[in-house]
Amino acid sequence: MKRFLAFVKKEFFHIFRDSRTLLILFGMPIAQILLFGYVITTDLKDVQIAIYDPTPSEVTQGLVHKLESSGYFIVDQYLSSPDEAESAFKTGDIREVIIFEAGLAEKLKRDGKGDIQLLIDASDPNMGNLINQYTRGTILKYQQQINEGPAVSGGIEVESRMMFNAGLDSVYMFVPGTMALILMLISAMMTSISIAREKEMGTMEVLLVSPLRPLQIILGKVTPYVALSFINAVTIIVLGNTVFGVPVKGSLLLLMAESLLFILLALSLGILISTVSKTQQVAMFISLFALMLPTILLSGFIFPIESMPDILQGLSLLMPPRWFITIIKNIMLKGAGMPFVWKETLILLAMILFFIIMSVKKFKIRLE
Amino acid sequence: MRTILYILRKEFTQIFRNKTMLPIIFVVPVVQLVVLVFAANMELKNIDMTVLDRDKSSTSQRLIAKFSGSPYYNVTFSEASIDKSADDLYADKSDMVLHIPQHFERDLHNYKQADLQVLINAINNTSASLMNGYTQSIVMDYNKDIMLEISQKQPQTTDQLEVESSFWFNPELNYKIYMLPGILVVLVTVIGMFLTAMNLVREKEIGTIEQINVTPIRKHHLLIGKLVPFWVIAMFELAFGLSIGYFFFDLPIEGSLVSLFGFGSIYLLVALGIGLFLSTITDNQQQVMFLAYFFMLTFILMSGIFTPADSMPEWAQTINYINPFYYFIRAIRMILLKGSAFIHVLPEALSLLTYALIIFTLALWRYRKTV
Repeated sequence: MKRFLAFVKKEFFHIFRDSRTLLILFGMPIAQILLFGYVITTDLKDVQIAIYDPTPSEVTQGLVHKLESSGYFIVDQYLSSPDEAESAFKTGDIREVIIFEAGLAEKLKRDGKGDIQLLIDASDPNMGNLINQYTRGTILKYQQQINEGPAVSGGIEVESRMMFNAGLDSVYMFVPGTMALILMLISAMMTSISIAREKEMGTMEVLLVSPLRPLQIILGKVTPYVALSFINAVTIIVLGNTVFGVPVKGSLLLLMAESLLFILLALSLGILISTVSKTQQVAMFISLFALMLPTILLSGFIFPIESMPDILQGLSLLMPPRWFITIIKNIMLKGAGMPFVWKETLILLAMILFFIIMSVKKFKIRLE
Repeated sequence: MRTILYILRKEFTQIFRNKTMLPIIFVVPVVQLVVLVFAANMELKNIDMTVLDRDKSSTSQRLIAKFSGSPYYNVTFSEASIDKSADDLYADKSDMVLHIPQHFERDLHNYKQADLQVLINAINNTSASLMNGYTQSIVMDYNKDIMLEISQKQPQTTDQLEVESSFWFNPELNYKIYMLPGILVVLVTVIGMFLTAMNLVREKEIGTIEQINVTPIRKHHLLIGKLVPFWVIAMFELAFGLSIGYFFFDLPIEGSLVSLFGFGSIYLLVALGIGLFLSTITDNQQQVMFLAYFFMLTFILMSGIFTPADSMPEWAQTINYINPFYYFIRAIRMILLKGSAFIHVLPEALSLLTYALIIFTLALWRYRKTV
C-alpha cells in the first residue's frame, strides 16, 4: 500500500510538473463549453433571403416587413427577375427567394386570391424545412392580420406546453452533450496515451519489474486523472448553470456520482485502448478518431437517436455517452432521481466492468 | 530538390512500413463515413404520442385518426390523468401528450373556442418545435374542415395568399448527400492534421530530430518532406470518399471536380500546415495531441457542418475567419450540391491561400527557434 501511494504521488508530480499540458487540460473544457454554449444552436436566425416583387405594393411590403421583424430573416437583395434566383443561390448566402406574382395586391382585392412562390435552398434539408415552415407561418399570420380578425367564431385552439425547457433553449441540449463529449474524449485520451507512452519510451519494462502489481500500476496511473477529470466535470456544470442558466433540478450529489461513474468508464476505456496499442500514435488515433465522431453523431448529442435507422439505433446502445447524456438530462432538466436512471447507471457500471476485465486480460498477456 | 526527394522517400517508406497505422489511416475513415452518414438526420419520425381523450366523441376520434394516419405519429391511448401521463415524458416513454378535454365537440358545435392541451418534451428544442409545428398544422387543417361542416356553408370570401414552395438543390430533402461531404472533410482533416502534427513531435520525443538537425538538410526541405506525404494521403482519401458518395449514396456532382480538388488542395495545405505549426510549439505527443484535439473539435463544431453557421452570434462568425473547416465545408457543399463555379468560391480560396502562407511562415519561424 505504501509503495502504491508513492507511485500515485509520483504520477501526480509527473502530471503537475508539465504545466503546459495542465493548462491545456483545464483550459480546454472551459473554453469549449463557453464557445459551444453560445455557438451551437439549431435556431433559425438572420437567414438571408432575396425578394422578387415586380409590383411593389402595401401588401407585399407589409409582408416583407413582417418577415424581417420576426428576427428570422434578413432581406439581402431585391431581384430584378426570377431568373436571378439561381445565381443568388450559387454565390452562397441567400437561402430563400420569395417571388410575388405581378399585381398581387390588385388580384387580392379583385379575386381575393394571390400567389406567392418560395424557392428554398434545401441543400441543408433541416434548414430548408425550418425556413419553409417559418415563412409559411409568417405569411399565414400576415393574412389573418390583413383580413381583420377571424372570419368564423369558435374553432380549435391548441395550447402547447414545452416541458423541461419552456424557452426552447439550445443550450439545454448542448451543455449535457458537450459535457459527455469532453469528459469522454479527454479522459480516454489521457489514460490511453500515458500508458502507451511508457511502453514507447521503454519505461514500462522498468515499471513491470518493480514490485508493484500490474493492477496497482494501472490504478496508480488512473488516480490522478480521476481527480483531473472530476474537476473538469464540476467546472462544466458550474459554467452551464451560472453562464447558460441550465438548471440542476435533481440531486446534485447524484449528478456528481454519475459524472464520477462516467469518468471512470472513460478512463477504463482509455486503459483498454492503451493495452492494445504499442505506440502513442496508435493509442491516440484509436481514442480520438474512433471516439470523436461516433460520440458526436451516435449519442444523441445533436441528432435524435429515434430518427436513425434501426442498425444505428442498435449501435448507439453501445455508446457510453448515450447513456450518460440521458442520465444527466434526466437529472439536470427533469429533476429525476435514481428511480428514473437506475437502468442507465447499471449499463455504465457493466461497461466499466467489461473494460477493466478486458484490459487486465490483455495486460497480463503482455507480461508473458 | 534531390534532398527533398530522399526525405519524401524516407517518409513514405516509414508510413507504409507501419502495419498498425495503415488500417487506421485507410479503413477506419471509410467505415466511419459509410456508417455515420446515416446518423446525422434531424427529420422527425415516430413521434410517440399519448392521447387522453376525455370527450370520446366522433369529433375527437376523427381528430385522433388524423394523427394516427400520419406517418409521423405513433399514437397510444391513456386513461390516466394529465399529470400521470406527464410521467411518461419523464420516463422517455412518450414524446408528447395530447389532451382532448370533455365537451370538446359540444363547444365546437356551439361556436365556442375548444381548447386542446399539448405537452411536449422540449429538451431537444429543434425536435420540439418541429413536433409542435406538425401538430399545429394537423389541427389547423382539421379545424378548417370541421368549421366548414358545422357552419354548412362556404367560407366567407377572404383574402387568400396561396403559397407554393419548391426545394432547390436537394428536392428530396436527402440528408445523406448533405452530410456526406461534411463528414468526409472532417475525416480527411483529422487524418491529415494529426499525422502531420504527431510525426515531427515524435522525432523530437524520441530524439531522432537531433540527428536530422546535424545533417545538411535545410529546414524547409524537412518541413516539405514532412508535409507532402500526408497531403498526398489526404487528397487520396478525399477522392476515395467522394467516389463512395457518388457510387453508393447518389451524391450529386453538380459543379466541376477540377474546382473541387483545386479548392481541396489549398485547404489541405492549411489543415496540414496547422498540424505542422502545432508540432513546432509543443514538446511531446501528448501535448500536440490535446492541442490539435482542441482546435479540431472547436473548428468542427463551429464550422456549420452540424448546425447552421448563419445562426451563430456575430463574434463567432468572426472567429470562423480562422476556421479552415468553415471555408471548405461551405465550398464543398456549394460546388457539389449547387453547382457553384470556382469563381463563386474564389474569396474563400484566396483566404485559404493567404492562411496557408501565414501558417507556413509561422511554422518555419518556430521550427528554427526550437532547434
